[in-house]
Amino acid sequence: MILARVSGSVVSSVRADGIKGARYLLVEPCTPSGSGLSGGIVTLDPIGVSADEMVLVSQGSSTRQTEGTRDKPVDALIIGVVDMVQENKRLVFQK
Amino acid sequence: MILARVVGSVVSTAKEPRLEGIKFLLLEKIDVNTLQGKKDFVVAMDAVGSGEGEIVFYVGGSSSRQTETTAGKPSDATIIAIVDSYTVKGTRVYSKKETER
Repeated sequence: MILARVSGSVVSSVRADGIKGARYLLVEPCTPSGSGLSGGIVTLDPIGVSADEMVLVSQGSSTRQTEGTRDKPVDALIIGVVDMVQENKRLVFQK
Repeated sequence: MILARVVGSVVSTAKEPRLEGIKFLLLEKIDVNTLQGKKDFVVAMDAVGSGEGEIVFYVGGSSSRQTETTAGKPSDATIIAIVDSYTVKGTRVYSKKETER
């Protein structure tokens, strides 16, 4: 999994994902303390995450291992909202 | 999934028989903040009927076989959505309607 910040949202009405009411968010990979790194990934959001939150993103075929994504064409999925991150015994991020 | 612009198509006649009828499109990945092409290209199978100039997102790896179009096909990149619009940090970066106007 990677840490990322929710940076935006993507709207699409013509899709081949077979997921009703799918919500796609744009996320930007970030450091453990939450600074954005460059780049953007489109992720499926089954949780209902808010803008700018730090999230845990799973990628690859493992993203199909949830109830809502089984057998669906998904390769990036938000699996959790990050409350806090500790790095070298130091709290580097807190929601 | 990755945002990209459809910049062309790829035609192949001598190919794996299973690929008959599949449309291959040439995608250029974009910088999400500026919409500029990153000179990073990928050929993707099209599951949504997208066309040149459109912003789409595609799925990679084994998940790219999970559409009706690509089930059982040797795809490692499949376009699964045509983007209507997207926003970054509250600013609308792209809107298909405005682009077509």
